[in-house]
Amino acid sequence: MLKIEGLTAEIDGKEILKGIDLEVPQGEVHAIMGPNGSGKSTLSYVLAGREGYEITGGTASFNGHDLLAMEPEERAATGLFLAFQYPVELPGVGNANFLRTALNAQRRSKGEPELDAMQFLKTARARMKELSMPEDMLKRGVNVGFSGGEKKRNEVLQMALLQPRVAILDETDSGLDIDALKIVADGVNAMRGPDFSAVVITHYQRLLDYIVPDRVHVLMGGRIVQTGGPELAKQLEASGYGSVQAA
Amino acid sequence: MNAPVENSLSEAGLSAAGAAGFLHRYEGLRARLPGIGLPWLAALRDRAAEAFRAQGFPTRRVEAWKYTDLAPLTQTGFGEPLTPVESALPLPRHAAPKRVVFVDGRFSAELSDADVPVRSLARHLPELEGRLGALARTDDLPLVALNTALFEDGALIELGPDEDGGVVELLSVTRADRPVTAHPRHLVRLAEGARLVLIERSWGHGESRYLHSPVFEVEVAAGAHITHARIQQEASAGLHLSTVFARVAEGGTYDSFLLHVGAKLSRSEAHVALVGPKAAAHLNGAQLLGDGQHGDCTTFLDHAAPDCPSRQTVKTVLAGRSRGVFQGKIHVHQVAQRTDGYQMNQALLLSDQAEIDSKPQLEIYADDVKCSHGATVGELDENQLFYLRARGIPAAVARSMLIEAFLQEAIEGVTEESARAALSEAVAGWWERNAA
Amino acid sequence: MPAVSETIDAVASVTQGTYKYGFETEIDMEFAPKGLNEDIVRFISAKKNEPAWLLEWRLKAFALWKTMEEPRWPAVSYPPIDYQDAYYYAAPKKKVGPKSLDEVDPELLRTYEKLGIPLKEQAILAGVEGAGEVPAEGGEARMPVAVDAVFDSVSVATSYKERLAKEGIIFCSISEAVQEHPELVRQYLGSVVPQGDNFFAALNSAVFTDGSFVYIPKGVRCPMELSTYFRINAKSTGQFERTLIIAEAGSHVSYLEGCTAPMRDENQLHAAVVELVAMDDATIKYSTVQNWYPGDAEGRGGIYNFVTKRGACRGARSKISWTQVETGSSITWKYPSCILQGDDSVGEFYSVAITNNRQQADTGTKMFHIGRNTRSTIISKGISAGHGQNTYRGLVKISPKASGARNFTQCDSLLIGDQCGAHTVPYIENRCMTAKVEHEATTSRIAEDQLFYCRQRGLSEEDAVGLIVNGFCREVLKELPMEFAVEAQKLLQISLEGSVG
Repeated sequence: MLKIEGLTAEIDGKEILKGIDLEVPQGEVHAIMGPNGSGKSTLSYVLAGREGYEITGGTASFNGHDLLAMEPEERAATGLFLAFQYPVELPGVGNANFLRTALNAQRRSKGEPELDAMQFLKTARARMKELSMPEDMLKRGVNVGFSGGEKKRNEVLQMALLQPRVAILDETDSGLDIDALKIVADGVNAMRGPDFSAVVITHYQRLLDYIVPDRVHVLMGGRIVQTGGPELAKQLEASGYGSVQAA
Repeated sequence: MNAPVENSLSEAGLSAAGAAGFLHRYEGLRARLPGIGLPWLAALRDRAAEAFRAQGFPTRRVEAWKYTDLAPLTQTGFGEPLTPVESALPLPRHAAPKRVVFVDGRFSAELSDADVPVRSLARHLPELEGRLGALARTDDLPLVALNTALFEDGALIELGPDEDGGVVELLSVTRADRPVTAHPRHLVRLAEGARLVLIERSWGHGESRYLHSPVFEVEVAAGAHITHARIQQEASAGLHLSTVFARVAEGGTYDSFLLHVGAKLSRSEAHVALVGPKAAAHLNGAQLLGDGQHGDCTTFLDHAAPDCPSRQTVKTVLAGRSRGVFQGKIHVHQVAQRTDGYQMNQALLLSDQAEIDSKPQLEIYADDVKCSHGATVGELDENQLFYLRARGIPAAVARSMLIEAFLQEAIEGVTEESARAALSEAVAGWWERNAA
Repeated sequence: MPAVSETIDAVASVTQGTYKYGFETEIDMEFAPKGLNEDIVRFISAKKNEPAWLLEWRLKAFALWKTMEEPRWPAVSYPPIDYQDAYYYAAPKKKVGPKSLDEVDPELLRTYEKLGIPLKEQAILAGVEGAGEVPAEGGEARMPVAVDAVFDSVSVATSYKERLAKEGIIFCSISEAVQEHPELVRQYLGSVVPQGDNFFAALNSAVFTDGSFVYIPKGVRCPMELSTYFRINAKSTGQFERTLIIAEAGSHVSYLEGCTAPMRDENQLHAAVVELVAMDDATIKYSTVQNWYPGDAEGRGGIYNFVTKRGACRGARSKISWTQVETGSSITWKYPSCILQGDDSVGEFYSVAITNNRQQADTGTKMFHIGRNTRSTIISKGISAGHGQNTYRGLVKISPKASGARNFTQCDSLLIGDQCGAHTVPYIENRCMTAKVEHEATTSRIAEDQLFYCRQRGLSEEDAVGLIVNGFCREVLKELPMEFAVEAQKLLQISLEGSVG
């Protein structure tokens, strides 16, 4: 269970998160929607442990582990995965090498045996096929020269390989056409199960047609201002964020 | 790697002889030099003369002079420019509505326009203690030392806070009816927020060999902006050795464009220091060198403050038996985080007797920087040439079109319209004359 | 705390004592007296039983050296070297001739084991008959590697000799070549790097004690990688090896060179000379992984690596390719170069140089384009960390006759921390209208978002830095032969753990 209580955070002295309370029980998918600048990306970075954010109050834990006390890689090892809104390019670092290094680092920390190159390739190819990714994406530099859609699919591929227990998808739908959107959604849906939970951060309701959330939260001005079922997303689509503000 | 320069056995002896001539001249002239009655200035001149004596003219053994040989200078015996200035001296057309004229390194009131924010340095020396020589280094730059010892006059431009000096042309004419030398010292000081467009032209008149060796000291205070268009159109036997020092404070801009098109031998050196955050420098330029010409564009750019951008594009076109040199060094100090430096040097060889020597250089001591440089050397693009010819354009025309395009690309970067127009005029027709 | 400064702290905590190869081997050594004079030159020559012409050649070099000065132009600084306060000859005492490996001191064999060098198979090193035919452990069909090992100044072991001899290939120590193939040595020695080429080359020419010699006959493709392993062991010893590789028309050879030295407080001088000659259609690929002791975090000790390497593409369509991974030495001064004489000949230079702590490197290449349609490629990756200073210095010179010559140069620098420096000093001298020269250089650092991205995927910060730096160097590492590439990558990783990340 991902549990966030009274989380406040600022960047360069400016308060962005003003007290977030959120619980995502294991096995559930929650959506966080909100207008630009509401703190959606900040929340995902703070949970994953990016530098530059000052946590001024509150707690965040995952299955009882205090996330905020851990290094980014330790958070990853507990099963937290962040699908980046803007996946980072790593020139010269082969995608396959990167994926295997990451996978083995996590396996190591869990005390599982590492995969050798052949085992890894077999697994990776199978996952790529599911995501309709061309195999040469394994050979290319991490995200280098990838189109926006390819980058997002690469994020989902990493998720499929690393098998996290909670995934935060930060605007994974931005810049995707409808076909890519379906592929990404299928990738997430395939992970769904009692041991997997997800936080889907999005600006639009569109993605939620394909990844149907258990709960929908509205984040505005650094706070969760409304929570409801999947119908809340539709309602927002129809009447916009202005209606929430008025409420 | 071997010692970078081949030995030239006679060099040392010649430069000593050449230097001795200039030192002798300093001794003879000293008592008559302007401001010699000012103790600080007399001391400054004496120290400079001593520094020049200690160093002599640079030889090719000095790394910064690896590619430029001053033999034409050191082998010539120069004399004094003594004849009075005739008002009928033929001059080029105005490049700006307002112009000041220096003849043989001395201010000419009768040839200059009135109401220009430029004064004669020689007449205001008592006010300049601590300002004159504040930027110009003499200990390792012998030509600057020589200038400091021998200067007789120069332009003094001082703009107050937020003052707009408009567009000013500074024309330096040397009368080369016999071998003379001129060493003007120009001092430009822009207070906070001041603006100036300075079109500086070096013009020669006559057939004889001569030396025009000006030194500029340019202070750009916070938020001030200067466009410095430098047009070297010396006479064909002239030697042009100029040095610019610029210091740019927070948010200020030193925006320069250097054009070498005249002279037998020219070298323009710029030492620019960005000393305040967000100070900017543009050190662009073009060299168009025909048969028998040698041109050298050498720049030292000091990033000594954070968040400063610098841009440099220098293009060289070489025809006949000519030699072009580009040396550009960007030094990023440890404090200069978030420096954004870009340097590009491109050369086009139009003849199999031409030579280009290029040394772009990065020296970086800060980690959060974005610095890149590039250099390309080559002939005209065959594909482009063919494309034009396939459209029915004769080869010679096609070539001159492409050379012009190559150069215009550099000149078009000059945003100040008057400066751009002056540069365009100075290069007009060059490719027709030299592309054949 | 920003991630990069954490990285630097991590560096500081693991830096000292991490030089993996910093062991010393206790072996009975034979030394010539300290100091350098004509007598020492004569002593070395006599010790090696050299012909008179070679002694004369050495003495001429020594006479030239005395008139020369140490170069001052590299961007490195170090206290003056007292050339009289060093041994110029140190050799493991041998019981019999060098060919019988059983006679080699067991300590020496253990040294190789610790080095983990490609000749780690004791059988091969010990020269057990047929050992070369034994497949490597793991059953992989691995290319065998023939190894010449130079210990301080003397070549101690050359493996696979017989198998190579079947092809007509000569691979032996240069001392042996002087005895067995004097005509070849005399013809080519100093023909690419003359005695008076530069201060250190002159010194080497006077006092070189050993090195490798390779001769590939016409049309022969060398069936295995040839390798030399250099190690400085004795105290106060300079190492002056001399390598000469000749590839006759249509031949092909790939040569690997590795170097280590023990940890010591004092500085040791390594002034090698390598000469390569490639005739028509011949190819020489020369790879170096240089891991001399770099000195400690304060800059005490470490090797002065002042090396002259040059190859002559004498024949048409010949090719010389230099690849170097420079992670060690307190000071590196080397410019593996190509003289492209033959028409259509090709020169390549691929380099990774890491400087950390107080290390200084001034390295690069010179490409002399003389023949028509000659081509050269320069890829240089410099990584500076700690207080390291890293300079790329290169010359591309195109003569008027080199019509159609092409050069492409790319120099990238990576800075880790704000106490280090990265410098780029390319010289381009072109006198040919139809030549094309392109030079690009960039400077960057490891971006915070790259580190974060990797760490989010579960990589430790060190591994993330290692991964990113290996990516940065990829274009160069892929040029290394497979065996060496793995070793080099590990070495980068070690350097990064201990020096970068």
